[in-house]
Amino acid sequence: MAQDRRSLLKTAAAAAIAPALGAGLAGLPGRARAQGANTLKIGVLNDQSGVYREISGPGSVACVRQAIQDSGIAQRGVNVEVVFADHQNKADVGSTIARQWIDRDGVDVIVDVPNSAVALAVNAVVREKNKAYFNSTGATTDLTGAQCSPNTVHWTYDTYMLAKSTGGAMVKTGGDSWFFITADYAFGHALERDTTRFVQAAGGKVLGNVRHPLQSTDFSSYLLQAQQSRAKVIGLANAGTDTINSVKQAAEFGVTRRGTKIAVLLMFINDVHSLGLKAAQGLVCTESFYWDLNDRTRAFTGRVKGAMGGNYPAMSHAGCYASVLHYLKAVGDMGVAAAKASGAEAVARMKAMPTDDDCFGQGRIREDGRKLHPVYLFEVKSPEESKGAWDYYKVLQTTPADEAWRPLSEGGCSLVKS
Amino acid sequence: MLEELLFQIELGLPQIVLGLVNGAFYALLSLGLAVIFGMLNVINFAHGAQFMMGAFVAWMLLNWVGIGYWPALVLSPLIVGAFGVLIEKTMISRLYKLDHLYGLLLTFGLALIIEGIFRNQFGSSGLPYAPPEALGGPPVDLGFMFLPKYRLWVVVAALGMSLATWLVIEKTRLGAYLRAATENAALVQAFGVNVPRMVTLTYAAGVGLAAFAGVLAAPIYSVNPQMGSSLIIVVFAVVVIGGMGSILGSVVTGFGLGLVEGLTKVFYPEASSTVIFVIMAIVLLARPAGLFGRA
Amino acid sequence: MAGGHASTAPAMLAPEAPGLLGLSGLGFNRAQSIAFLVMLAALLVGPFLLYPVFLMKLLCFALFACAFNLLIGYVGLLSFGHAMFFGMGGYVAAHAAKVWGLTPELAILAGGVVGAGLGVVAGWIAIRRQGIYFAMITLALAQMVYFFCLQAPFTGGEDGIQRVPRGALLGVVDLSRDMSLYWVVAAVFLAGFLLINRIVHSPFGQVLTAIRENEPRATSLGYRTDDYKLVAFTLSATLAGIAGGTKALLFGIATLTDVYWAMSGEVVLMTLVGGLGTVFGPVVGAAVIVTMQNYLAEFGAWVTVIQGVIFVACVLAFRAGVVGELGRVLKVRL
Repeated sequence: MAQDRRSLLKTAAAAAIAPALGAGLAGLPGRARAQGANTLKIGVLNDQSGVYREISGPGSVACVRQAIQDSGIAQRGVNVEVVFADHQNKADVGSTIARQWIDRDGVDVIVDVPNSAVALAVNAVVREKNKAYFNSTGATTDLTGAQCSPNTVHWTYDTYMLAKSTGGAMVKTGGDSWFFITADYAFGHALERDTTRFVQAAGGKVLGNVRHPLQSTDFSSYLLQAQQSRAKVIGLANAGTDTINSVKQAAEFGVTRRGTKIAVLLMFINDVHSLGLKAAQGLVCTESFYWDLNDRTRAFTGRVKGAMGGNYPAMSHAGCYASVLHYLKAVGDMGVAAAKASGAEAVARMKAMPTDDDCFGQGRIREDGRKLHPVYLFEVKSPEESKGAWDYYKVLQTTPADEAWRPLSEGGCSLVKS
Repeated sequence: MLEELLFQIELGLPQIVLGLVNGAFYALLSLGLAVIFGMLNVINFAHGAQFMMGAFVAWMLLNWVGIGYWPALVLSPLIVGAFGVLIEKTMISRLYKLDHLYGLLLTFGLALIIEGIFRNQFGSSGLPYAPPEALGGPPVDLGFMFLPKYRLWVVVAALGMSLATWLVIEKTRLGAYLRAATENAALVQAFGVNVPRMVTLTYAAGVGLAAFAGVLAAPIYSVNPQMGSSLIIVVFAVVVIGGMGSILGSVVTGFGLGLVEGLTKVFYPEASSTVIFVIMAIVLLARPAGLFGRA
Repeated sequence: MAGGHASTAPAMLAPEAPGLLGLSGLGFNRAQSIAFLVMLAALLVGPFLLYPVFLMKLLCFALFACAFNLLIGYVGLLSFGHAMFFGMGGYVAAHAAKVWGLTPELAILAGGVVGAGLGVVAGWIAIRRQGIYFAMITLALAQMVYFFCLQAPFTGGEDGIQRVPRGALLGVVDLSRDMSLYWVVAAVFLAGFLLINRIVHSPFGQVLTAIRENEPRATSLGYRTDDYKLVAFTLSATLAGIAGGTKALLFGIATLTDVYWAMSGEVVLMTLVGGLGTVFGPVVGAAVIVTMQNYLAEFGAWVTVIQGVIFVACVLAFRAGVVGELGRVLKVRL
């Protein structure tokens, strides 16, 4: 009997503890090895498996590594480690990883973070823990507005700048009546709202809109409604596969053949690549970086291309590179210990220094955390115009840094002293 | 007043046509599910994944072997069907004596595996697949709208395939065996019919139907690993509304719900992915066995 | 559903031994009492060995799985829409804590109340049907709730409700420290766990089991089986809502993930892995799955593949789950 009880106890104990132990092995040690005071840890948090993989994913990790190398900080005895993870486009997953990274793995900086919902969730965690956060691939202007944070720099683009560049330009070239096909979530709504404002300000009008569930497969019905409205421009306020499917099906239904223009409000060069020039030619879109823009961007692309697995850098990748490069400059200035101690201090130092990098040229970071640089309106080349691999864009218009972004006074950021 | 009405019709008519196109996919997929459920009593949760496989196999045939759309329309269902045979033989056949729900859980797991593997292999942003030459070109003018030829073909192909399936089951000797085995497998076996093999082939046929729909879908929708999972839940609803296992029910309901969804896209687009579930709940409350099912 | 293991269950019963330390008052047999003490010890020691946030997440899912198990394990109803209670509980708790400024215990309670309300409605519709139809109806209802959450302004759509304060327990004890929150979560879990166990071993629970084994017979004995099923469904939904509310406070965020149908699938998986209809199965299952997700997070899409493999393996080979198989080997009921 006693024997029985003991073996029973043992097995029961094993059953209850085994998973917990597994968790311990999985979670705790391994990575939490003692960190030298001279070690910085950068976490790249993005989409490694979903719809934004091509515009963030492994490419962003490669760009961050490139920035570390280009900064030459290792020669000064500072060791920089890079970790990365997949947030699966879920805000709760993203904030959990961020929390875990900071609490347990000693991560000092979080970079990239596509998907506005996740971007905002991580923003809150980083601020609470006083680390640093450079968002490159998130689109929401809330990062520098209502939810602005002293720990955050929003580097590459946002809905306001996309709307202003694309919306304003289309009206100027005669596209004065619009119909929106909008993804039914915060990002889509914001993009539609901002664009509507610039279309109306430029004297155009909006004839209607339709909101589709995220990750729809069939857009024909929406495209038809857009055509029936007789608008001259169909504005696509969606992203990723939704945009790709809309453009493809617009080509299938011959929407553009009868003179209607399609304004893709958010598109990356990788989307063009996946669509192919045949389907994408003539589309107009806005980015703040293009690999073939000038000698410096070409030099950067040449350096990083090999590590990107056949992909070319989009503006989102460039933002990861440039933000980390600038951060490491600030670290060199203030010392590793101080930078690790307070993310807000590090970001303050970054704001105090002018920026200069191969991707975006010279610029600066505004007090609300907005990075300022020029913005380009591109048109996608036709297959005949394209001379080689990834030769996709021609520049239609450049908006200078001081006009492209939302004015400080309109953001409602609490960091801005009136 | 009349003008207003005409305008509404002008708006609605094209949506009805487009709804039929989407309905064609619902019909084909729910047809496969119905065939499988009728014979095996298994809810095939992997149906969406097998639909996706159909599209991917077509893509692979084109890009790796150089085989075009028309042969793929036959080959891809055969290949995916063979995969179905494998699954039925090694896994599903072990569950027939258990509660139906185990079949649901098993195929749910299979769906996760298949989708995950394709996502690792091909990423998730989707691959392009061009429609065949004969069906490309400018859209057809129907008077009230322009419809790409390919979409017209989808409706025709789906209707033809549904009809063929119905004929096989209702009008042929094989179909008679099938129906008999559904009622009383032991008796049919006693007459010398190899029932286990028939069950295996039925599963393969249902899976093949899904793959056929997958190839049809490849040129319209982008070929991506999650193309099936976003559809499968809707198709479940279609099958339940039509009445589990009813061939006619699944086809009619498939096209019908395509129409309803198309119209919803005009009047309340945000709800277009939910309206079917509302209908399902209502139908189940009023007619628990579904519209065409036997109680 | 229950048919698969119920036939083996009575055979492996150990004679009901006298309780240990009076734990039989909770309805435990001796093996269960020992397992319960082990679990209690793990709860006490855990946060000093492991990352507390991870443990808290595990406990939230364990409670969710226990609530789900109440339905499938003891009534034999497979709900494929339990995410609606979990997710809505999370939304309401988050809203209560953030907008109404309720204290955490009230916010969690609010999550439970909403779970209960939703449970009554969904249950009233769903319990009229059995088996696959029941699963499908719950799935359909959950999709409607998902749509509601996507559209309703208070849920914040794709953004979810973010920056939810953890607040102070009873307005006094600050919970922003992980360790203080841990004890609250552990208490919530333990209360839910014991409540479920009490229900199962009550006369009410015996009727539920009778319904699972043979509903027509239960009806002929004069039990209004629909009423019993509805009460069980509502209880399960309530506890799922509490689990969701607790999770929302823990991470300070409530999102669509928790109402999506994949979450309904996940809780089925946890319960199946641990063992349907066992007392400790859902807890062990939740531990296995949450650990796995945590450990495999950096493998991205492979997580789903591995989950799928586990699903398939469980259905084909280990239908009784970890705890069920263990119980069979030891010839005890756990």
